[in-house]
Order: sequence, then C-alpha cells, then structure tokens
Amino acid sequence: MFARHVLVSALVPIMLFSACASSPESQEQTTLEVYAASSLAMPFAEAGVAFEKEHPGVKVQFNLGASSDLARFVQEGAPADVFASADIANMDKVETQDLLDSQSVIFATNYLEIIVEKGNPLNILSLEDLTDPDLIFVTTSPDVPIGKYTAEVLKKAGVSVTPDSFESNVKGIMLKVASGEADAGIVYHSEVVASDGQVKGVQIPTEFNIVAKYPIGIIKNSTNKKQAQGFVDFLLSPEGQALFTQYGFGVP
Amino acid sequence: MNRSRRHRQKLPWQIVLIAAVAAAFFLAPFVGLIWRTPWSKFTDIVTRREIRDALWLSIETSLITSVICCIFGVPLAWLLARVEFPGRRFIRALTTLSMVLPPVVGGIALLFTFGRRGLIGQYLDRWFGIRLPFTMTAVVMAQCFVAMPFLVLTVEAALRQFDSRYEGVARTLGGSRWYVFRRITLPSIRPSLFAGFVLAWARALGEFGATITFAGNLPGTTQTMPLATYVALDSNPESALILSLVMIAIAFTILIVLRDRWLGRTDQGVPL
Repeated sequence: MFARHVLVSALVPIMLFSACASSPESQEQTTLEVYAASSLAMPFAEAGVAFEKEHPGVKVQFNLGASSDLARFVQEGAPADVFASADIANMDKVETQDLLDSQSVIFATNYLEIIVEKGNPLNILSLEDLTDPDLIFVTTSPDVPIGKYTAEVLKKAGVSVTPDSFESNVKGIMLKVASGEADAGIVYHSEVVASDGQVKGVQIPTEFNIVAKYPIGIIKNSTNKKQAQGFVDFLLSPEGQALFTQYGFGVP
Repeated sequence: MNRSRRHRQKLPWQIVLIAAVAAAFFLAPFVGLIWRTPWSKFTDIVTRREIRDALWLSIETSLITSVICCIFGVPLAWLLARVEFPGRRFIRALTTLSMVLPPVVGGIALLFTFGRRGLIGQYLDRWFGIRLPFTMTAVVMAQCFVAMPFLVLTVEAALRQFDSRYEGVARTLGGSRWYVFRRITLPSIRPSLFAGFVLAWARALGEFGATITFAGNLPGTTQTMPLATYVALDSNPESALILSLVMIAIAFTILIVLRDRWLGRTDQGVPL
C-alpha cells in the first residue's frame, strides 16, 4: 500500500515533468559528483541536502580528500562535475590544463589558528612560544595547503619552528594534538570550530595571519553542467554562504 | 609430487583462461607504472638524500621488525599449535585481527595505547620519560603490529603438520625440552619459518597506514619508503613513480631469489 503510494507520487511528477521538458536528460535521476577539500565536509554536507531538496531528481555525491589528491584525480580524468579546492595552487593545476568549463570562483575563506591540547597545559599563547625545541609541533608537507599556509605564517612572524612530523592532511594534525601526542599545530579556524572543544584554539594576530581562499570550478568534461552550475550558484547564494559562516569559514 | 609429471598435466582451458586473467590483473598495474615512469630522471631522483634516507630507514626497520616477529611470533605460534588452553581460539583471532583491520585503525589503537596520553604510554612517559610516537621505535612497533600475524600463521600451520612423534622419540632418547625444540622442531619447520619471516618482512616494508598514524612522518626518522612515496605524490609525481618502482624492484627481487634458494625444493604447503 505504502510502497505503491510512494511509487505513484514519485512517478506522477516525473511523468508530468517529462511531458513538458524540452531536454531529454532531465527525465532521469542525475548524480552530481562534487570533489571537495576535506575541510569543507560539514558545510558541504548540509549544502548537499538543501540542494537536493530544491532540485528533485538530483543527487549530490561528495568525494572528500586532500585538495592535492583531488586535483590529481581530476587531472587523471576522474568523473568529477565540480571541484572545490582549499587553495588556489591546486585549482591552478587543474585550470592551467584547461580542465575547467569556466574560470573558478572564490566561495569561502578561512584563516589560521594555533591549536593546543585542551586546557593549554604548556600555556602557549603566541607563535613565538612554538620555537621551544622540546615542544612537539606537527604540520603537513608544504604541498598540502595547510602546510604551505603554516610555513607562510611562521615566516611572516619571523619564527623558525622545527616540525616533529609531516602529517598527511589537516585531520592528522587535529588527531595528534587532540590525543595529546603533539603539543601544538596550526590549522584552519573552521577546524577548531568543528572539533567541538577537542582542541583549544589560540589566535594568530592578523598581521601574521593569511586568508585561505577556497575556489570552486565546474569540470569541462562534466555531463551535468547545468546542475553543477546550480550547485555552485547555491553555494554563492545567501543561504549557502550562511552555512559557511555557521561552520567558522569566512565569506568572500 | 614429481616435477616432470606436474608439467605434463593438462588443465581445462577454461581454468587456464581465468588464471590468465588473474595473472594479467596483477601484471597490468606494473606495466602501467613502468609506462608512465620518466626514466631520464631515475638516477637523479634515487640518489637524493631524502630518498636514500627513506630507503635505508625502510630496510633497517623492516629487518628489525622481521627479527622481532620471529623472536615473539615463534613461541606464540608454538603455543597456539600445541597447547590446549582456555581462550586459545580468542588469542588466535586476536593475533590475526591486525591482518583484517585497516592499518590506520591499528595505528590509532597503538596511539591510544602507547602514545603520550595512552593507556600504557602515559606511564612510560611519567616513570621513564619514554615517548614513543615520532620515533623509529614507533615505526618498528607499527610494522610488528601488522606483520607478525603473517609469521605466526605460517609457523603455526607448519607446527600443526609436523609429526610431534619425532619430538616424543627425541625426548625418550634423553633430549631436554629446549634441546628438542632447538634441534628437532625448529629445523623441521625451517622452510615455513623462513617463509613467515619473508612474508612478515614484505608486509613491514610496505606498511603505511599504521606508521603514519602512530609514528608520524619525519624525513630521516620515521619517513619510510611508502611514506616518502605518498608525500612525493603531492610534490613531485614523477619521483613518486620512480620510488614505487624501486620498492617493487626490491620486493620482487628478494621474493624471487629467496624462493628459489631456500624454498624451491620444499613441498610443505609453504605459502610463498
């Protein structure tokens, strides 16, 4: 009974829609493949749900990972429709190979924060405090956006810090600091917000801080360009931008 | 089994076809890798300092791991194969658990046990000032965690097959327990012990997930070849290809050479 009801209510709009639709592709369910930097997980998940609600028949599927990995997947011809990177450098890799449909746009920003263990047992208050040679400091390799930004911030502040480990991504830094294995790291402000008190954030003065820009672009080989554009437009709409603010990101 | 007779045996073509597909499946990725390798940069990349460091660290830690696996794994295998005790099935399942677990999970478990705030690690730090994460010791521990099951399973299987009456006879002839274990049991399972050693070594050499999670990734200290390869994939994909080839070459050469030299004439169901 219920199943039939669902079936009918699902079929009726499809039949009505297909009767008046001009393009044949909109008849069937489409899946939008969104490749996004892992730091975007929370706002993107919510944006995906909201977008699916507004666009019946479109399913948004996320492939989250390090921007550098995702850029490589796109270069190798992965079936992505949209690519959202945590930095411009990785978007450039894709853009310079002419793999984007149109120029990428900045949809969110972020800034950095020092993270320390809950309660700040070592009383770390500034970038200067990170130079203590006994302190265990972790970052990522400079090829991952967060590692590059961290190096930039330390250079701006004129401090030299010797990392004890180059984690594979920002989540690795979070894990090592939250578990108390490392004393400090530098991550995005949004990660501190998302960690829900697992780590403590220590502000970096604006003069030394950077603004991380998140670009997004539609892939040239996408077969769902219309929906992809719709998703990008949604992220840039007031509703989408509010999600980023909610999760600790800045908006352009 | 007689070697010449085995060669003359004719298999149904369907089986040969499926086997060929399986073999091609293993072969194709290597061909793909070789196809994309920038050979002109080979010597330039493999002679780089950080690569030499990673290679040396990998060889050193994986060999230490294999030796430790033997020292602790053989007694464990012997216990599991020969002694009936309550909870034996549980211990055996536990021993092999890390073969099934994603290595990252093993790394997290090690971190929460031997890390600075871990179950055991906090006392190591407080009482002895020992901190394991971010050290070479942690690399070896991560490798042991994932590699030891290979040795334990191989040796246990051999011990089960080995007729324990030989040991009984040796005991009646006046050999001490330790003497019999050393002179009768160990020599008779030598091929399997060796196979287990090589399997554990190969697993340790390729270990990635548990190492990066528990030991971190610092060139010269904890950055083994798999980690260096992964990092290179971001900075310089060409060198990642070359590093992958170097690892394949080392592992493949040793597997072939060792097999022929020590295991060629055995027929004990050795999994190599």
